Amino acid sequence: MPTVSMTVNGKSVSKDVEDRTLLVQFLRQDLGLTGTHVGCDTSQCGACVVHIDGRSVKSCTMLAAQCDGSDVTTIEGLATNGELHPMQQAFMDNHGLQCGFCTPGMVMSAVDLVKNHPNADEATIRAELEGNICRCTGYHNIVKAVQQAAKAMGG
Amino acid sequence: MAENGIGARLARKEDPRFLVGKGNYVDDINRHGQAYAAFVRSPHAHANIRSVDISAAAAAPGVLAVYTGEDIAADNVGPLICGWAITSKDGSPMNMPPHTVLAQGKVTYVGDHVAMVVADTQAQARDAAELVNVDYEELPAVVSTGDADSASAAQIHEVAANNTCFDWELGDRADVDAAFEGAAHVTTLELVNNRLVPNAMEPRAAVGDYDRATDSLTLYTTSQNPHVARLVLSAFFQIAPEHKLRVVAPDVGGGFGSKIYVYSEETACVWAARKVNRPVKWTAERSESFLSDAHGRDHVTKVDLAMDGDGKFLAMRCSTKANLGGYMSLFSSAVPTYMYATLLAGQYTTPKVYAEVKAVFTNTTPVDAYRGAGRPEATYVLERVVEAAAREMGMDPAELRRKNLIQPDQFPYETPVIHTYDCGDYGASLDKAMEIADYAGFQGRRAQSEANGKLRGIGFSNYIEACGIAPSAAVGALGGGVGLWEAAQVRFNPTGNVTVFTGTHAHGQGHETTFAQVVSDQLGVPVENIEIVHGDTDKGPFGMGTYGSRSIAVGGAAIVKAGEKIIAKGRKIAAHILEAAEEDIEFTEGNFTVAGTDKAMNIGEVAFAAYVPHNYPEGVEPGLDETSFYDPLNFSFPSGTHICELEIDPDTGVVEIVNYTAVDDFGTVINPMIVEGQVHGGIVQGVGQALIESTAYDPESGQLLTGSFMDYTMPRADDVPSFNVDTTVTASPLNPLGVKGCGEAGAIAAPAAVMNALTDALGTEAIDMPATPERVWRVAQSRQAQAAE
Repeated sequence: MPTVSMTVNGKSVSKDVEDRTLLVQFLRQDLGLTGTHVGCDTSQCGACVVHIDGRSVKSCTMLAAQCDGSDVTTIEGLATNGELHPMQQAFMDNHGLQCGFCTPGMVMSAVDLVKNHPNADEATIRAELEGNICRCTGYHNIVKAVQQAAKAMGG
Repeated sequence: MAENGIGARLARKEDPRFLVGKGNYVDDINRHGQAYAAFVRSPHAHANIRSVDISAAAAAPGVLAVYTGEDIAADNVGPLICGWAITSKDGSPMNMPPHTVLAQGKVTYVGDHVAMVVADTQAQARDAAELVNVDYEELPAVVSTGDADSASAAQIHEVAANNTCFDWELGDRADVDAAFEGAAHVTTLELVNNRLVPNAMEPRAAVGDYDRATDSLTLYTTSQNPHVARLVLSAFFQIAPEHKLRVVAPDVGGGFGSKIYVYSEETACVWAARKVNRPVKWTAERSESFLSDAHGRDHVTKVDLAMDGDGKFLAMRCSTKANLGGYMSLFSSAVPTYMYATLLAGQYTTPKVYAEVKAVFTNTTPVDAYRGAGRPEATYVLERVVEAAAREMGMDPAELRRKNLIQPDQFPYETPVIHTYDCGDYGASLDKAMEIADYAGFQGRRAQSEANGKLRGIGFSNYIEACGIAPSAAVGALGGGVGLWEAAQVRFNPTGNVTVFTGTHAHGQGHETTFAQVVSDQLGVPVENIEIVHGDTDKGPFGMGTYGSRSIAVGGAAIVKAGEKIIAKGRKIAAHILEAAEEDIEFTEGNFTVAGTDKAMNIGEVAFAAYVPHNYPEGVEPGLDETSFYDPLNFSFPSGTHICELEIDPDTGVVEIVNYTAVDDFGTVINPMIVEGQVHGGIVQGVGQALIESTAYDPESGQLLTGSFMDYTMPRADDVPSFNVDTTVTASPLNPLGVKGCGEAGAIAAPAAVMNALTDALGTEAIDMPATPERVWRVAQSRQAQAAE
């Protein structure tokens, strides 16, 4: 079994994994970071989105071994010193989540969205979130949350 | 009103844990020594099983056990049941075929459960499952709802001739037919209510755990109703006696009905945990969810509406065929009958209604309640035919509706289809929705669209639903096998904070916040000092769970009733300590006060006195902890008007919803922010049904063609707009909060509103859901060709 080493939420980790281990399995099963979710098996739903070297990635679509040497941030690593990230706060303020299952991936995607499109209009936000499926909210309040966070993040 | 009490737009107490990745879903739970299950599923829609060879799988690395239907039969596990008895027109009971946990001799849909492999790791279980060798004798598949009962269709179950489960009716056919004789105009439609896959984002999962010390079992599972799951697993599936079985439904990632039922996989996991003497975990892959989670809808209907010359509705008659899939699911018989036909009067005074429903088996995934459950189907039939009638009569669709609305002074209003509505002001919702949607300006906008080469349409949906499910005696009289009351326990802890146990279950609805607001309002305790506990049969009283928009109307009422007992007891304690007569004690905003004085005790102080009863009234028990079981007096009847305006590009068939307005009457609103969120989500599920969600089976083989998110079109952020959501309020007189329920309204109202707008734009009724761009394009092209001729 190959050894993979990476930085996850600021901590160095190193584990022996089966070749076929997906990044999301590595995070959930080997590291116990269960905030990253699996909602499908075709890389469509986006519940598993994390940041790898600052970019949003569906962690069900990469092998853990591919992330050797990478800097990974999961939903557990987004808040700093117990303070919610502006995107997390905006989701709470705007009721951008209901069951919470798609939320970690949605938030991680939205953070990357605002980074790439600081002044995104509603149509852009909706188009950019196309890779994250939510069955509860109807997206209305997610869009509002992203708009609020974009302002707070300096967009 | 307490700060953050009823009416406050309070941010949710549950949000922080979800936002930082600390939610606790079933797949996040891992027990020491846990093994993993994988299921061998039928690749055929309809087949006899000649043999199952497990030898290679049993010998595979890490495999602990391989189970088949024979093992299930040997242990007398199951069968799975339907809990609602329906009687056919001819008085015969419904034909309920056996539904075993693992197939015994036969499979009836692709994905049906044939064998279970338990192994040390998930990968080993899945690898070994592929080594189970099943010899099938393929049989012709029955797929189409409409043709399932035809003489040429293959016979699926021995007990159900012509694949018919029941042929049921409601109303007096002859009486309704006679009313049609005198009609000035009859509008007729044939409609398909398309099958949907619920697709809660969290796939179903289960961990079964056996405790040798106490000979008891625990099932961690994705359930909307853990107490009911325990009852069913114990009383009907023989898993363990109820007192030796604990069911825990922790954070659950959406349900929409699909997590009401007790399925084969969960049952098998908890059963197998004792067999292998290790915890057994199973988590569905999304592909398995598509195949095995109960689907929704799937009706074909012919409806006739009779009117006099002024457009007054005289009678309606409706004939529906409902697809049950390969087996009966837990509430599958109730959905197309008592959850459906009883709503066909809608908001109108139609004096005579007749409905007949034939339920058929097919070689497809079982069908059961999905958000709305029968009521979206009823609303779709009724609101489509009303809109079509207005067009045929040359009347404005709003005016035709207004002419037939039940008026506010007519309540309680007894419909011809069982229900008695408690209250409402349907005209108020209609007026408000028309104003917000700027209905008056529609013709101008339509002309502008036309100038741009687009087709614009507007459509109404005046829905009503029966929620707050449900008065137990009524349920029993209609064939239901359970009582649908709810329980709550309000426990003051000695230090004055409050733990509330509810038998309902939240899987996105925000009960931890809404219920805390109710308790805060009633008892004067800050929201942050109130914890709502649900989802564990070892905590709090038995309860019936969450579905049918019942949690606030029934569960919330139970909490209020328990709170009333708290206040009554607190009054005795305060009277004693304050040396006043009990009847002189007033309770407001958390304080017991001697009337006309400044002598007062806070409820927290009373709670402390109750647990440290040194100075205490004689004959009063210590403690401040009260339970209430609340059986509702009636269903509740949320209602409203939704208006959809959309634009079609006839060159591509792409439909854009340009304006969507919802005005709902949910009675008293506890947390407007949460209620709006429920409406948004419901609307998008309804828009999804109307425009893009198609569950396609191959008509010959019965293979599910739309078995993944690559194939089944889930609504995504760029498929839908933002919405105009508002309310009117007529408080229900039948429960202490005046609430009605809000969880399903959007999904009930939206399909008819969207399709009425679409058919308005296209100028024809002849298009079925889902109105995908391809279907819309074909109709638009043929309409343009007709116009050119």
